[in-house]
Amino acid sequence: MLSTQKISLAKVAAKAFITPLTVRTFASSAARNVSINLHKGSFESYNCDAPSLDVEISKEELVRMYRSMVTMRRMEMASDGLYKAKLIRGFCHLCTGQEAVAVGMETALTAEDKIITAYRCHGFTYMRGGSITSILAELLGRKAGISGGKGGSMHMFTPNFFGGNGIVGAQVPLGAGIAFAQKYLGHKAATFSLYGDGASNQGQVFEAYNMAKLWELPAVFVCENNRYGMGTAANRSSANTSYFKRGDYIPGLKVNGMDVLAVHQAVAYAKEWTVSGKGPLLLEMETYRYGGHSMSDPGTTYRTREEIQHMRSNNDPITGLKQRLLEFNIITEDEMKAIDKAARVEVDQAVEEAKASGEPDLSEFWTQIYQKEAGVPSVRGREPEEIHHY
Amino acid sequence: MTVRDALNSALEEEMTADEKVYLLGEEVGQYNGAYKVSKGLLDKFGPKRVIDTPITESGFCGLAVGSAFAGLKPVCEFMTWNFAMQAIDQIVNSAAKTHYMSGGNVDCPITFRGPNGAAAGVAAQHSQCFAAWYGSVPGLKVVSPWNSEDAKGLLKAAIRDPNPVVVLENELMYGISFPMSEAALSKDFVLEIGKAKIEKEGTDVTIVAHSRSVGFALEAAQLLEKEGICSAEVINLRSIRPLDTETIIKSVKKTNRLVTVEGGWPQYGVGSEICAQIMESEAFDHLDAPVVRVTGADVPTPYAQNLEAFAFPDTEVIARVVKRTLNKKIGA
Repeated sequence: MLSTQKISLAKVAAKAFITPLTVRTFASSAARNVSINLHKGSFESYNCDAPSLDVEISKEELVRMYRSMVTMRRMEMASDGLYKAKLIRGFCHLCTGQEAVAVGMETALTAEDKIITAYRCHGFTYMRGGSITSILAELLGRKAGISGGKGGSMHMFTPNFFGGNGIVGAQVPLGAGIAFAQKYLGHKAATFSLYGDGASNQGQVFEAYNMAKLWELPAVFVCENNRYGMGTAANRSSANTSYFKRGDYIPGLKVNGMDVLAVHQAVAYAKEWTVSGKGPLLLEMETYRYGGHSMSDPGTTYRTREEIQHMRSNNDPITGLKQRLLEFNIITEDEMKAIDKAARVEVDQAVEEAKASGEPDLSEFWTQIYQKEAGVPSVRGREPEEIHHY
Repeated sequence: MTVRDALNSALEEEMTADEKVYLLGEEVGQYNGAYKVSKGLLDKFGPKRVIDTPITESGFCGLAVGSAFAGLKPVCEFMTWNFAMQAIDQIVNSAAKTHYMSGGNVDCPITFRGPNGAAAGVAAQHSQCFAAWYGSVPGLKVVSPWNSEDAKGLLKAAIRDPNPVVVLENELMYGISFPMSEAALSKDFVLEIGKAKIEKEGTDVTIVAHSRSVGFALEAAQLLEKEGICSAEVINLRSIRPLDTETIIKSVKKTNRLVTVEGGWPQYGVGSEICAQIMESEAFDHLDAPVVRVTGADVPTPYAQNLEAFAFPDTEVIARVVKRTLNKKIGA
C-alpha cells in the first residue's frame, strides 16, 4: 500500500480499477474557469478561519462532478434493485443523497491522499478508482468483485482507499495510523478518516484525535452527519451535536455537505491546512441519506416522510449542481440529459457484466488468510478430513 | 412460539417481576430492537427501564457493570456479539473477576445478551462465534440456547442469576417457531444453567452440539436412522459454562462414540474442550473411536454464498463424519 501510487494502480487497473480522477490544474484560458460564490451559510468555523466562499473551478471539473454524482446515484439505485431481487445478501448501506461528500472530496484530493470510511462505502470506492462492475460484482458475491467476492458490501478497498469497515468507529484510529505512516515516510499528503454522527461518540475517536494532535499527523477527521445513527437521531445519542467542535483542541469546520462545491472547497482547505504542518483538522459534513440505514431499514419509523421529501426537493446535491451548470451556461439541458442517459447505460452494462461473472472458485476459500510467505502448512475446514495443504 | 418471542417474553416477565431489572443497548427502545427482540418493551416499561444507548459499547457495557455493582440487574444487549469485542475488557476484567477479587464483597448480577455466530451473508466481521472465548473465563456463566424453550428458560435463569451471565443467541434462529410446553409458558419457567438436554436418545453414537448446530445434528440423526445406519443420541449443550460433562460422559459410556458440532472456529474451541475433558475422564476407556470435532472452517467468514456455505457445518457434513466414526475400529 505504501509503494508509489502510480505503480500499484497500474498493476491492478486492468482488473478492477479505472484510471482515478485527478484534479486538473486550471487551464490557461480564463474563459474555461468559472467563479462561483457559495452561499454564506456554507461554512461555520471553530478555532480557524473558514475557507473563502469564492470558488474558482474549471467547467470540465464541474461537468465531471455532475457526471460522477449521477453515476454514483445510478449505481446505488441499481444496488437497491439487486438487493430487493435477493441477489445481494447480508448488509447493504446505500449513500443515496450523500453523493456530494464523496465527489467533492475526490476532486479536491490527489491519488496520494488516502481515504478511509465505515460501511457506507460504495460511493467512495467508485471515486477512488473502483470500477462499477467490480463494485456491483462484489455486492453479488462474484469472482469479478473488487474483493474477489470475499468481502461484500462493507469490505471494498482500492490502493488509496482503506475501506469499507464493519465495526463502528474502528476506522478512525486506523485512519490516524495511515496518516502516521504518511508522515513517517515523508509523503506530502493527508488521510481523510470518515465516520458518522452515530460513531462520533466512540471513545476510540477521541483517542485518535489526541494522538493526531500530539504527534501533528496529517489527519483530517470527517464526520458525515446525516442526522441519524441507524434509528437514533443525533440529539438522542450525542450530548454535543456540534460535531465540528468535538475535536476540542483540534480546529473544525462545519460544511453544507449537500453542496458539492462547498465540500470541494472545505476539503481543499483541509488538505492544505494539514499538509502545511498545522496538524489535524475536523470537518463536519451536514448531509442526508434518503434511504434507511441499510436495506433492512425502511428509514421511516424514526423520521417523517415529509422530512425526507423536503430534503430531496430542496437540498438534493445533483439538482443543486444541475442548477449551477445551467445558470452559468456550462452545459445545455440536452447535454445534461445525454450525461444522465450515458450514466444509466454505463450502470446497466455494469450490472450485466457483474451478473455474468461467476461465483468465486472454491479454491479461493483457502487463499489470502495469510500472505503466501507466512509459513502456514495447512488449514482445516469443517472436519478433520476437510483439510487444505498449501 | 418463535425464539424471538420467547426472548421477548422472558424479558417482559423478568422486568415485571423485578423493578431492578432494566434493559440497555443500541436501538432497543424506540426502534423496538434491531432484530425486534425488545419489541413493545419501551411502551410497556418506559424510558427509565428501556434505554437506547449511543454506539459506544465499551462505555455502556462499563456503565451497566457499574450499575450491577451498585445493586441493579442490567440486561446489556449487544447488537451482535461481534461488537462486544469493544467491551470485552469490562465483561472479563470488571464483571467476571470482581466478585473473586473483592473476596466476595462485590456482586455483579448482570446479563449480557445478543446474537452470536453466523448470520447470512454478513461477512467476516459480523459472523464470529464467541462461545470459546467467553467459555474460558472463570467467573462468567455462558449459555447458548437453541430453541424457544431454551431461549426463554435460559434468559430468565440468566437474569435471575446473581452472577454475570453471557447469553449467546443466534440471529438465524430468531424467526424459527417451536412448540412450547405448558410449563415453558409459565412466567416462572427457568432452565438450570449448566445442564444439557438430551434432545434425542440413541445407542450408537453421541452427537453434542449447541445453538443452531443442534438443529443440524438432529436432522443428521434422523437421516442416519432413516438410512438404517445408526441410532444417534443428540445432546443440546444449552450451557457452555458450566459445561455439563456429566451428561456427555454418561452418554459416551452408552454409545462409545462421540462427535461434537459447533459453528465456531476449530482451534481452541468448544469441541476441543469437550475432547480434552472426555480424555481426562473415565469416559476415555469407553471410547471405541477418537472423538471428532465438526466445526466452522478455520477461515475468516467469506461473503460469497458458495464460499460461506463451505465455512459452516450442516446436516450433510455431520452425517458424513458420524458415518466415518462408526466405521472406525479400535487398533485399525
